[in-house]
Amino acid sequence: MTTTTHNPVRRWAGGIVAIIIVTLIFIIPFIFIFLTASKNKTEAAERLFTWPTEWKIVDNFIEVIERGNYLLPRAFLNSLILTVCAVALITVLSAMVGYVLQRRRSGWNKLVNFFVLAGLIIPAAVVPTIWVLQGVGLFKTMPGLILVHVAFGLPFCVLLFTAFMTTIPRDLDEAAIIDGAGPFNLFFRVIFPLLRPVTVTIVVVQSVFVFNNFDFALYFLPGDENATVQLTLYNYQAQSVSAWNLLFMCVLVITIPLLIMYIIFNRQIVAGMTAGAVKG
Amino acid sequence: MTTQLVTAEPDLAPPAKKQRRMKSSYPYIFYLPAGVIYAIFFLVPTLTSLYFSLTRWTLFDQQFIGFDNFVQFFKEPALVRGFINTFLYAFITSGAKVVLGLLFGVLLSSQIIARGYLRSAIFFPVMVSVIGIGITWKALMDPTDGLINQVLSVFGIDGPGWLTNPALALFSVAMVDIWAGVGLATLIYIAGITSIPQDTYEAAAVDGVNAWQKFWKIIVPLVRPATASVVLFSLIGGLRTFDLIWTMTKGGPGFTSDVLSSVIYKQYQAGFFGLSTAGSVVLIVVIFVLVTPLTAWLNRGDKDR
Repeated sequence: MTTTTHNPVRRWAGGIVAIIIVTLIFIIPFIFIFLTASKNKTEAAERLFTWPTEWKIVDNFIEVIERGNYLLPRAFLNSLILTVCAVALITVLSAMVGYVLQRRRSGWNKLVNFFVLAGLIIPAAVVPTIWVLQGVGLFKTMPGLILVHVAFGLPFCVLLFTAFMTTIPRDLDEAAIIDGAGPFNLFFRVIFPLLRPVTVTIVVVQSVFVFNNFDFALYFLPGDENATVQLTLYNYQAQSVSAWNLLFMCVLVITIPLLIMYIIFNRQIVAGMTAGAVKG
Repeated sequence: MTTQLVTAEPDLAPPAKKQRRMKSSYPYIFYLPAGVIYAIFFLVPTLTSLYFSLTRWTLFDQQFIGFDNFVQFFKEPALVRGFINTFLYAFITSGAKVVLGLLFGVLLSSQIIARGYLRSAIFFPVMVSVIGIGITWKALMDPTDGLINQVLSVFGIDGPGWLTNPALALFSVAMVDIWAGVGLATLIYIAGITSIPQDTYEAAAVDGVNAWQKFWKIIVPLVRPATASVVLFSLIGGLRTFDLIWTMTKGGPGFTSDVLSSVIYKQYQAGFFGLSTAGSVVLIVVIFVLVTPLTAWLNRGDKDR
């Protein structure tokens, strides 16, 4: 596109320089994680960027998994429960809002749009949220954490669903209504299945957000019980600084699911994250 | 939002039959579940924070003390530092994400080789958990053993204590934030640049425009919507930042790399709930005051087009 790059020599030379710089800056840290996770304890403690003299990757993996009575697998289960519940609720509830918001013109629209924007930019007020959670008896519980995630995840998804709703012709609604479909049938059987492309994007992107979230877990579900993976990783680095190989194995184990997600859902992630750039 | 596109339904006195059908097909009850959760876990805490910030508060009882918390907030050096750092951090990270994101965006939408690899490599950190990133860079930035200072020492440079030097810690964390977030900015810019019609370049080529002019006179003005997105998301993200600072420095050394969010959490941990909530209110006000006019200003051109 740029005129300078039409020249093949410059195209290749520039490309090779870019590859070297990008690899140094963006890939080396990940190789460092992998190498440190593969070393034995003494070698890893030096935190040097060297090839391991002996490969301990399997031993370290087993040790990290078994550590603290299978703390990490339990954390994965907690994160999985959190992610699945929160994302399912966010998706269905925000699709319902987006459906009515786009189809029905009323005085509520202004208010709903204002709430959507407010939810996108305003951060959680930590102590008052804890106070509310205690009031409803959900502080330090998984359902409490899930509901906070839902409250903060809704605005972004309502925005995406509302925008996508405009691409679904109203004739479909009319046809279904004439066939006698009530609002629940119309939405869940006709409209919701047609929202699939944006639903996939939302599910993938929200899963990454919820799975990676740290501060909500720290504020609203602290402690070791029911800890999410991010909190477990944080607690691990706060407690022990000696076992660097195990710490980085922990980082590696938590990063790999995301790498797999990225490879499979590359397109949806890119679409969702660029669309949701306003989300902080 | 998109409601303007909806075919206009008469607001006043529509035919009774149609009114009933409208009501039954798009019922307000669909707002209810989302609205209840949003109201309880977002609206109530946000609105009550305005009151609790004016109290001395222990969760069990509270005592109204007027604006004392805010006075203390802007008097105590540690808290003031956190306030100022929040702006520094947000401006540095969003400025750098705009500049680097645009440069990478131009580079990666050109005919460069290995474009897919470069895009993926730059974007992947966006996917990785901030805690993992913080732990990794903390090790890389270690003053003696860290890879960065080891490399520098090869060139005979005595690397600084990236996270232990009080004058440097905040900027080191900001650098990691830029590293982790520039991929998203780049993607947004790539989308913006590819949406510029090819004719524009062809017309420019006919006029004999050089690469430099093309960048400043065509690309920069035409990717304004992308710039608006990048500025807004990185500014909001920067003002709210917590995870990375908490993992890498915990606001230290001392309180030199504290930001509003870490101050809020520290005051909560120390049991000063009213003061912590005052911090939340300050943060909300800061974001509102900066972001609302900025949104209007960045989107100003949209209506002309």
